[in-house]
Amino acid sequence: MAKYIVKRVAMGILSIFIVATLTFFLMNLVPGGPFVAEKSISAEAQAALAAKYGLDKPLFQRYLTYMGDFVRGDMGVSLRQRGRTVSDIIFSKFPVSARLAGIAVVISLLLGIPLGCLSAYNRGKFWDSAIIVFATCGIAIPSFISSVLLLYLLGSKLNLLPTVGLNTLASYIMPVTALAIYPTAYITRLMRSSLLDVMGQDYIRTAKAKGLSNFKMIFKHALRNAILPVVTYVGPMLAGLMTGSFVVEKIFTIPGLGREFVSSIVNRDYTMVMGTTIILATLIITANVIVDILYKVIDPRINLK
Amino acid sequence: MKEKLLEIKDERLSFFTPAGEVKALNGVSFSMEEGEVLGIVGESGSGKSVTAYSIMGLTAFPGRLIGGTIRFNGHQVDQMKEKDFRKMRGNEVSIIFQDPMTSLNPVYTVGNQIEEVLKLHTDQTKAERRARAKELLELVGINEPEKRLKQYPHELSGGMRQRVMIAIALAYEPKLLIADEPTTALDVTIQAQILELMQELRKKLGMSIIMITHDLGVVASMCEKIAVMYAGNIVEYGTTDEIFYQPGHEYTKGLIKSIPQLGAEKVERLVPIEGQPVDLMNPPKGCPFAPRCDRCMKICLSEKPPETVLSDTHYAHCWLRQKEEYEKGAADGE
Repeated sequence: MAKYIVKRVAMGILSIFIVATLTFFLMNLVPGGPFVAEKSISAEAQAALAAKYGLDKPLFQRYLTYMGDFVRGDMGVSLRQRGRTVSDIIFSKFPVSARLAGIAVVISLLLGIPLGCLSAYNRGKFWDSAIIVFATCGIAIPSFISSVLLLYLLGSKLNLLPTVGLNTLASYIMPVTALAIYPTAYITRLMRSSLLDVMGQDYIRTAKAKGLSNFKMIFKHALRNAILPVVTYVGPMLAGLMTGSFVVEKIFTIPGLGREFVSSIVNRDYTMVMGTTIILATLIITANVIVDILYKVIDPRINLK
Repeated sequence: MKEKLLEIKDERLSFFTPAGEVKALNGVSFSMEEGEVLGIVGESGSGKSVTAYSIMGLTAFPGRLIGGTIRFNGHQVDQMKEKDFRKMRGNEVSIIFQDPMTSLNPVYTVGNQIEEVLKLHTDQTKAERRARAKELLELVGINEPEKRLKQYPHELSGGMRQRVMIAIALAYEPKLLIADEPTTALDVTIQAQILELMQELRKKLGMSIIMITHDLGVVASMCEKIAVMYAGNIVEYGTTDEIFYQPGHEYTKGLIKSIPQLGAEKVERLVPIEGQPVDLMNPPKGCPFAPRCDRCMKICLSEKPPETVLSDTHYAHCWLRQKEEYEKGAADGE
């Protein structure tokens, strides 16, 4: 187990290195630059800025400088948010997005798993159909629609919830809901199909033949076998959500990482693009390692090598 | 008269599928004494498993009992609700399934799965349950039981898993053990071991066994009585000797003819039963076997053959036997 984790961490570091390298060169292939759009500054000033941030040097040299700094833990200064380092921005904004994402994921698990079970157990009956309709809508409706609808109904029309920022507990409700709808719906469907599959297995019949109640049959024998696809899905999804949702953060005016992600690309804020990409890659890789270890915990047949 | 352990009368059971009603059992009747070993033989889809499953209410949706009575160990099974079945399953009647590779839950240890039955039907403490589980593994001939209890099913071989299944089934010393093709998925040497074990356990514990199989060799070695099923009917019922030496139904004869003979004088081809099994959605009006029967008569196609009693323990549903009995009766009367 320890050997496996060490191996996975080493492979993870290699993956991050590859992601960083690809991002660095691809990003520089895109036309434009951090200071090009600012028409107010003269060509001399632009050249001076480029020289200050080292953008006038050959690409490969810049790559070596960046990676060298990165290895020492320095992700550089933001090219567009003057005076702030990339780590500064990430460390102040990441917790906001991560907290929202964490709450959303916990809620989607707490709702999705029981709903999926309920649906599978009542297969073909009213509750199954009702849940499937809900889940299909949840998957089909994009977050910018649900966010705007929530904002309009609960915030503006009924005036129940604050519409801006994350200052009170109540202000979490809408953005968390907007974030949780899709994963909840997805987990519900995943859980339903996986549980239906497991319920048809021979060992469920064995459990029934032993005289177990339906409750025990589902929660002891079926659920543990059926939960693996959900675990597979939740790991990377959590990583994705933790780096923030541009749409939800923009609509609810939340100072999270998701907005930085998109705006850094639009602004050609090279160091920020690198920083946010590396964070996302690290989270996804970490999530995958955790998922693999959870697999082993849930299903003893899985052999970690 | 002593009450029978199991008495099934005119059981009718259908599966209501979207394509139509599949008549899986069409009036099955038989009974079993305590301690008896009954073999149910027949080809796939003849209703052997469904008959046995219905005793413990395991017939899967959309199967439904539509007629007849089942009495088992004092229970009126045909009137029972799911809740009543739960109390009966695992202690009065238990079952061993065909495929030991998939019949154990892969994510729980062997010990956990054996102890679960004890937890359900007894008030034993944890330590008592563990001790009993160990005892059961010893009973079914598994070495190092202490170690095995902590292992997962995938760490055991097929034969060992089937032994574990037997241990689970015997945990509460049931009155009736249903063995649904317990050896089909195992290789031949293991098959013999499992059959031997079952015979030994039966002697030790004295329970009744219903052995469902399509392997006539298995029934010959294990069973006292045999019921031959075809298209949801018991076409012949009798003691093992009667079935093998004086088969009364043309289908049974066909089955026996299709067994390969060891040490035959010259190379003989196996004799298969020609034709296809019956479509249970539209079962024939007469004898279900008539379309495949070499000696089919006109009446066989139009009317169901009645029971012809061949001895106290032997009967068959075949017009030919009926005819013979009639002719014999006429000759005696003269």
